[in-house]
Amino acid sequence: MDWGSFVTQFIAGLSQGMFLFLLATGLSLILGVMGIVNFAHGSFYMIGAYLTYYLVTLLGGSFWLAIIFASVGVAVIGGLLQRFLIHRLYGRPELQLVFTFAFVLIFSDLIKMGFGVLPKGVSFPEPLSAIFEIGPIRFPQYYVFIIILGPIIAYLLHVLEQRTRMGRILRAASLNRDMVAALGINIERMFTIVFGFGAFLAGLGGALVCPTVSIAPGMDALVVLPAFVVVIFGGLGSFAGTFLAALITGQVQVFGILFFPRLAESFIFILMAIVLIVRPWGLSNRPPKFA
Amino acid sequence: MLRVEKVSKSFDGFVAVSQVSMTVKEGEIASLIGTNGAGKTTLFNLITGHLRSDEGEIYFKDRRITHLRPYHIVRLGIGRSFQRLNIFPRLTVFENVQAAVISYKKETLSFLRPRERLFEGETQRILDEVGLTAVRNEISGSLSYGYQKQLEFGIALAFEPELLLLDEPTAGLSAVGTSHAMELIVNVIKTRGTTLLVIEHDMHVVFSISDHIIVLHGGRVISDGTPEQVRTDPEVQKSYLGESL
Amino acid sequence: MLKGLKMKNKELLFGIGLFIVFALIPVIGSKYTIYFSTQLLFTILFATSLNLLVGHAGLFSFGHVGFYAIGAYAFTILYKTYGVPFGVSFVAGPLLAAVAAVIFGYFCIRLTKIYFTFLTLAFAQIIWAITFKWTPVTGGDSGIVGVTPPSFLIPLNNTYFLTLGVVAVLIYVMYRIAHSPFGLMLNVIRENPNRAEFIGVNVRLYQLIIFTISGFFAGFAGVLFVLLTRSIFPDVLLVTRSIDVVAMVIVGGMYNFWGPMIGAVVLLYLNSFVKVYTEYWLLVLGIILAVVVLFFPDGISGIFPWISARFKRLMARFKPRKGELSA
Repeated sequence: MDWGSFVTQFIAGLSQGMFLFLLATGLSLILGVMGIVNFAHGSFYMIGAYLTYYLVTLLGGSFWLAIIFASVGVAVIGGLLQRFLIHRLYGRPELQLVFTFAFVLIFSDLIKMGFGVLPKGVSFPEPLSAIFEIGPIRFPQYYVFIIILGPIIAYLLHVLEQRTRMGRILRAASLNRDMVAALGINIERMFTIVFGFGAFLAGLGGALVCPTVSIAPGMDALVVLPAFVVVIFGGLGSFAGTFLAALITGQVQVFGILFFPRLAESFIFILMAIVLIVRPWGLSNRPPKFA
Repeated sequence: MLRVEKVSKSFDGFVAVSQVSMTVKEGEIASLIGTNGAGKTTLFNLITGHLRSDEGEIYFKDRRITHLRPYHIVRLGIGRSFQRLNIFPRLTVFENVQAAVISYKKETLSFLRPRERLFEGETQRILDEVGLTAVRNEISGSLSYGYQKQLEFGIALAFEPELLLLDEPTAGLSAVGTSHAMELIVNVIKTRGTTLLVIEHDMHVVFSISDHIIVLHGGRVISDGTPEQVRTDPEVQKSYLGESL
Repeated sequence: MLKGLKMKNKELLFGIGLFIVFALIPVIGSKYTIYFSTQLLFTILFATSLNLLVGHAGLFSFGHVGFYAIGAYAFTILYKTYGVPFGVSFVAGPLLAAVAAVIFGYFCIRLTKIYFTFLTLAFAQIIWAITFKWTPVTGGDSGIVGVTPPSFLIPLNNTYFLTLGVVAVLIYVMYRIAHSPFGLMLNVIRENPNRAEFIGVNVRLYQLIIFTISGFFAGFAGVLFVLLTRSIFPDVLLVTRSIDVVAMVIVGGMYNFWGPMIGAVVLLYLNSFVKVYTEYWLLVLGIILAVVVLFFPDGISGIFPWISARFKRLMARFKPRKGELSA
């Protein structure tokens, strides 16, 4: 391929990587701190997208406001889910897993009921609707926005984790849950916040992705497995690892789809399999207990 | 019977056990005491192969067992109970012990035999020995703490151990429960002729049953001898006992 | 003779009763019922084989459908493409699935819990990719159709009876395994892997063994699928199929040998029933799963022990016990 197409694809891959990062971070947080495998994360993403579509296209609102409302909306859904239902399954990871999967099914059909199966679209928001063309390279301006936004969010998250009390507690909790409870910290509330925040990130990802993909049922499945691959590849508890893993996986996906269309999904799994066999803790530094 | 020589273990810079040496003679009742965090359970873990020592050697009946894995060590004749309950909750009391007996008799890779009555006699004998006959068919996870502790003990006996390592067998029991438990334990080991090394916090128990006491503090042995010797050892009084007994 | 079967009495009666019910289906049922029941039978086989891993050994595999597919594809390729005799192909399929299980199992067993689950998922996906891409051998994404069975199996009834026979025998074998000393060791590993090691059990080895055995039986289910539908294609391997069967195990109850069977029957029936009234089967399944997990974590088969356990606890409040250490 010529270098123009290559760069175009690369930029698309970077953008894809950012979305994966948003999703994977939330997933990693929930998995690391609460030990829950949240299959419904893809659903949160999808709900974020549909909510944005609803607010923008059907209610005619501003894209930027819609994004905020959609993300917060998803966060609330997530928080409620955890507070009233998931918390009853504390300590039974296999059941939590099946439970979150049950909600994948429920959300998926609810969306179909509410919006039908035809794909929807959202146009690029006004200031970013142009397409960059530099010689043989062309890509939407929006991608640049995402590529810049990604690291900013990553940095913000990093600061939150390192500098705030909540961040320190979360880090401790991901290392030793029981201990944190013994320190008198309200685990219940913490879990709800974590889950809600993870959902927020997923919803944000879904909202932001709207202009670049077709919004249709099944978008949850398309994104959740790659997100898990990124989580494992990046390693739990490591933002840097997750970020790097997301970038790499984004490229694998984009170039994979280009050369081997339907097979590209499997590349992700081959990647995951290799990571799990060779270095299960991924790109992060410490190997948590495995053996 | 058991010889520990200069064994050390650190975790990421934290020294849990440092140059510990001790010997337990055949047939004796030895107690390992010390404040919390002194390294007693860690030492047990090192002996039974759950942890690898950084240095030092461990010998059982003059045979080097230093880096062997648990499933190997248990077959050499060392039995162990655990501080935090370590039973098989969804299985019945009978099945808990039976599983250990089946494993001891090396019948585990039998795929088509019905197992309901397999080694029933031996299993029942152990249940009787530790006083669990009445609850034989109960789901072990639903039993009271006291019964679960007895079960813990029973499982350790299935391998007919010559050396028994008990980690805080009376933890969480009331005064009455404690004396019952110790009576039971002493009876069993005297009948079987088992050597006992026990981690204990209850000083009355320790001083009443032990032939030999080893005191651990900060990962090091600070005293080792008969109850009288230990009781009067100024090191011990200084760092551990506080007031005299 | 009945004693020779070595099953607990009431379970034996249940098994025989079930067998009789199934045997009567071709007599009283329509063609559709027979077809559906055949599917039900090998799905029961598949679900029960998975439960050897999930319920008995505590290994949550989401990639079990991979062995189902290998059994199916191996049989199809050997029998149709290479003309290997029917009997040989029939057994070779599951054997190849078992070989795959040993290889995959070796890598998966080294990981715990969620990492184990993800690797099983990854392996199933990789098998999917192979069936999808290797068109000359597997027929690619259109799969292989027109797999004509030997003449004695052309009538649907005969296929049904063969399926019933095979499933009955294999379920019986799995029952014996589950209730053998080895089965107890699996339970022990599930309950407490650390303690299991300290009663002398080589945990990894046993997990690998059951992984292989389980894959072997799943392979048979795959072969039976091909015999019924006379075709095979990659979509059999979608993630949803993996989850379907896990759902059956959970709904039926994973701690009971008959649980997955109950789950399979319930879910397959509900599926065909609900589809008549609404297209939102996923919603229904999701709600059922959620409710079961929240309120009946031991599934349908767990309802009776739950009731009797509660009753016993109620009684125990009034009777102190002798010989008990007071805590």
